[in-house]
Amino acid sequence: MSILVDKNTRLVVQGITGREGGFHTPQMIEYGTNVVGGVTPGKGGQWAFGKPVFETVKEAVDATGANTSIIYVPAAFAIDAMYESIDAGIELIVCISENIPILEMMKIYEYIKTSKSRLIGPNCPGLLTPGQAKVGIMPGYIATPGNVGVVSKSGTLTYEVVYALTQAGLGQTTCVGIGGDPVIGTSFVDVLQMFEDDPETEKVVLIGEIGGRAEIEAAEFIKAHMTKPVAAFIAGKSAPKGTRMGHAGAIVEGGEGTAEEKIAALQAAYVRVAENPEQIPDLLR
Amino acid sequence: MNLHEYQSKNRFAEYGIPIPHGKVATTPQEAYEIARELEGPVVVKSQVLVGGRGKAGGIKLASTPAEAEQRANEILGMKIKGLTVQKVLIDPASKIQTEIYLGITNDRAAGKPVFMASSEGGVEIEQIAREKPEAIIRQHIDLFLGLRDYQARNLASGINLPREHWKAFIKIANALFRCFVESDATLAEINPLVITGDNQLLALDGKMILDDNGLYRHKDLAEMRDTSAEPEAETQARAAGISYVKLDGQIGCMVNGAGLAMTTMDMTKLYGGDQVGPANFLDIGGGAQADKVAAALRIILSDPNVKSVLFNIFGGITRGDEVARGILQALNEIKTNVPMVIRLNGTNAEEGRRIIDEAHLPNIISAATLTEAAQKAVEAAKGAI
Repeated sequence: MSILVDKNTRLVVQGITGREGGFHTPQMIEYGTNVVGGVTPGKGGQWAFGKPVFETVKEAVDATGANTSIIYVPAAFAIDAMYESIDAGIELIVCISENIPILEMMKIYEYIKTSKSRLIGPNCPGLLTPGQAKVGIMPGYIATPGNVGVVSKSGTLTYEVVYALTQAGLGQTTCVGIGGDPVIGTSFVDVLQMFEDDPETEKVVLIGEIGGRAEIEAAEFIKAHMTKPVAAFIAGKSAPKGTRMGHAGAIVEGGEGTAEEKIAALQAAYVRVAENPEQIPDLLR
Repeated sequence: MNLHEYQSKNRFAEYGIPIPHGKVATTPQEAYEIARELEGPVVVKSQVLVGGRGKAGGIKLASTPAEAEQRANEILGMKIKGLTVQKVLIDPASKIQTEIYLGITNDRAAGKPVFMASSEGGVEIEQIAREKPEAIIRQHIDLFLGLRDYQARNLASGINLPREHWKAFIKIANALFRCFVESDATLAEINPLVITGDNQLLALDGKMILDDNGLYRHKDLAEMRDTSAEPEAETQARAAGISYVKLDGQIGCMVNGAGLAMTTMDMTKLYGGDQVGPANFLDIGGGAQADKVAAALRIILSDPNVKSVLFNIFGGITRGDEVARGILQALNEIKTNVPMVIRLNGTNAEEGRRIIDEAHLPNIISAATLTEAAQKAVEAAKGAI
């Protein structure tokens, strides 16, 4: 078992002929992900990496039975790409693209509630279920199948932790990058609930950072609903207040969203919080 | 991106919000001229992108043009929280009956913009939230519906605004909301919105913060960025497509990925204690090609406080050996004696380390783990102080 993506994933790549999509699609295919096609308006009927290219997501769904989409197009086009996937009935939409205006994300956040779709991201590295499917940009070799679920706001920091787990002999069920924007489709709590429900996941790693209340809500959820042990790391202890640290969402505003308050909330929920991400494998033993 | 008070208020005025008809001066003489045109007492207001201007002595009343000139002379060039005042806004002084707070920001947990109003205007909203939270009236806005009139009425009644002002207040609230949305703002704030001596609503002070991700579709607003208020290195970094924030420590950090960059800073602080810490946040993004590494290194070394540099690169799609070659090529371009600790992890990391070690550069130290790298960078920085 695993969550969100696996052998049954039928993936359509939005922007398959673009720079990012063209770079990452062959790697997803090589990993064994079931890529069923791509979408590039104006290039329908062509082929890319041995997969058919369609004009619209709807056409791709009708022709291939795609149930998952991944978006690699620049921000200005990614907004439309998300709506298109929602309207085509895609179950899981993964938006890798960054720099999407927050007002647009808030509209998508509302709109998607009226559908059956789930959105991961934007501004995220996607998902990786080791040995089954790589939907995104996480390097495949860092992960190995096992029973640790990983959920994170970040990219390379997640790779660090996943790689450390793999080297320590702790494989993963699924690694989920939810993204570093202030408004995202899927929250820590959503993913924690899935890991709690997934019989194969035995332990969970949560990687958060300064800004917002998502980690506090995660701590409250863990305390009230989780039976599985959770280890965590929160980045940004040394960040100054009121300054954005790379991710659009990584900012302490009005004194809220500090690493200290998040660590305290997680510890109060019996989560083991690492001072250094390299300690995570030890905290899971 | 932050807008100055005068920029924010001019933007508000475009949407029909009443503002004082003042002007900006960059010299005391200009201040004199503006005050003379305005006829009557004026307020001389420093235009810097920080809060607490009044307390710092950056806002002063003047009853004559000569006095305005003198006040402008005092304020121009003064430093407020490290920023030099280069412009003053000369506004006609207003008689104030009541001060109201009116603002819109994004509630990230709710995923919606939230309108806030308070009868306790004139102080920062954070202070009201701390000291008198019940005095803040909130209305979440559905972006597909916009601000409904009943919500504006809820705000007006919530702050006990006298009925005679409701019509004008609702008009201002609607204008502020349109301004917020059409500017891709993350904050649009009138504080205070006052009832003047002659019973009119007037936006006395204004503040806007714009979403950097929305600027691509607001070229006119993007041009308003005041780069004089930020460290030169941050301006250069933006031009190079590098995410950089200057801090006041001694260890320059070069990292790929924002989360890992914050973590690297945290590690230097963890092992550096009170003595040394991070000199910057820097995310070079994916790839770590030689030209980008070189640009980032120039930016880091432009800070004279930097005593050591810590490279922490996770090679994912870009392999460690490629990263190592990129770093060496950059170091070949930029000659420096500053000690550098290089830690590569991920794909081909060992080969990358071997390439670095075999280059035999005297100021380069390699490290295998993040802990080791941070400790070595701390030692090197301490040794150089």
